[in-house]
Amino acid sequence: MLSKRIIPCLDVKNGKVVKGTNFKNLVEVGDPVELAIKYYKEGADELCFLDITASSENRKTMIEVVRNVAESIFIPFTVGGGIKTIEDINILLKNGADKVTFCTEAIKNPNIIKKASNKFGSQCIVISLDVKKNNDYWELFIYGGKQATGIDAIQFAKKCEELGAGEILLNSLDTDGTNQGYDIEITKLISEAINIPIIASSGAGNPEQILIAFREGKADAALAASIFHYEQYSISDVKNYLKSNSIEVRL
Amino acid sequence: MIAIIDYGGGNVGSVRNALNSLGISNIITDNKKEISSSDKIILPGQGRFGDVMNKLREKKLDKLLITEIKNGKPYLGICIGLQILFKVGEEDSGIQGFGILKGNVPKFKAKLKIPQIGWNKVALTKKSIFFKDIANNSQFYFVHSYYVEPVKEETVLCKTDYGINFVSGIEKDNIIAVQFHPEKSGRTGLQLLKNFCELI
Repeated sequence: MLSKRIIPCLDVKNGKVVKGTNFKNLVEVGDPVELAIKYYKEGADELCFLDITASSENRKTMIEVVRNVAESIFIPFTVGGGIKTIEDINILLKNGADKVTFCTEAIKNPNIIKKASNKFGSQCIVISLDVKKNNDYWELFIYGGKQATGIDAIQFAKKCEELGAGEILLNSLDTDGTNQGYDIEITKLISEAINIPIIASSGAGNPEQILIAFREGKADAALAASIFHYEQYSISDVKNYLKSNSIEVRL
Repeated sequence: MIAIIDYGGGNVGSVRNALNSLGISNIITDNKKEISSSDKIILPGQGRFGDVMNKLREKKLDKLLITEIKNGKPYLGICIGLQILFKVGEEDSGIQGFGILKGNVPKFKAKLKIPQIGWNKVALTKKSIFFKDIANNSQFYFVHSYYVEPVKEETVLCKTDYGINFVSGIEKDNIIAVQFHPEKSGRTGLQLLKNFCELI
């Protein structure tokens, strides 16, 4: 049986890992390569690097960091931030990223999903969706949560699948950085609407919330940042807790 | 010297990084002489069956690889590197694989998410030096929508459950090929690469 994945996420700004609340108030928490090695050794199933300033400030992701990480850890890792073109994707994959993730460009120009998955394979195209509840629906946001689009997240997730996306990374602007738990409702709705894996993200504060994301949110993987960065819980704490609750994990 | 076949796609760099970390000398190459003079071959296919075959044909490496394998050079196929040992992949009907093994390459039909992405248990169906110092039912990293169905059961090395109990690895003479990615399967995967490079 396939294990549920635990994915520490490293938000990178100017070559340093940072953590904020609701995409604001950034605090430096460490060096990306050192943290990557630490999480690899602790049993992370994958890693995710997001250059959080890249999209809005037109920055390319740090190729150097990607290359160093690829030489240091032997689990899959995803890189996102500032991806606008097929060539941007090509450079990241060539330098050792296993997958790429992008949000703004996928929503502005969905055809890039199709082009990218045809060229590199669906397995490396992870579409990141930033959502926020707006009365009766979940609205997609672009530019790192700064601009609303009026697009329905569930409908767009289905479109991503049709265009060849390999996975959906679901971020919630309502729960990001709160440590109050994932947005379970939208996670479950999207998971049941599509037939590709969904990674729950935004809001993990303890192992129980991760358990809920799998059990009730029907997520295939869970992304978390601060609970690992601040060493509130280790990856094995989380996995042991999940296993004791009958969730399949890799120990 | 281990030749990692550069077919112009896929993440050959991951395999190089893994071998480098083990101190195993290797070369990423599409050069026929280098491939012929290598001790062993690794083909880390990624993406689509048809794409990988087309790229190998464009570089005129398909026939060379078939010859090298048939002549007994140790071959490690990873993911599509396993699938193209068969004749036809369902994914791109009409595009022929190596045809070294008999069987099919169907797509998962289970009501599970496709591709299968993540870590899953690999259960050995026979003893293999390839799995020395690796516990049975260890987990490896998978990313795939298609799997192999060899005609000859005796070639099956290991199996994995994903809706069905599918063949996740085969071993036949000098050929070892796995559906999962040892280069991305942490310490367990590195051990498997080490075994291929040092023991076989």
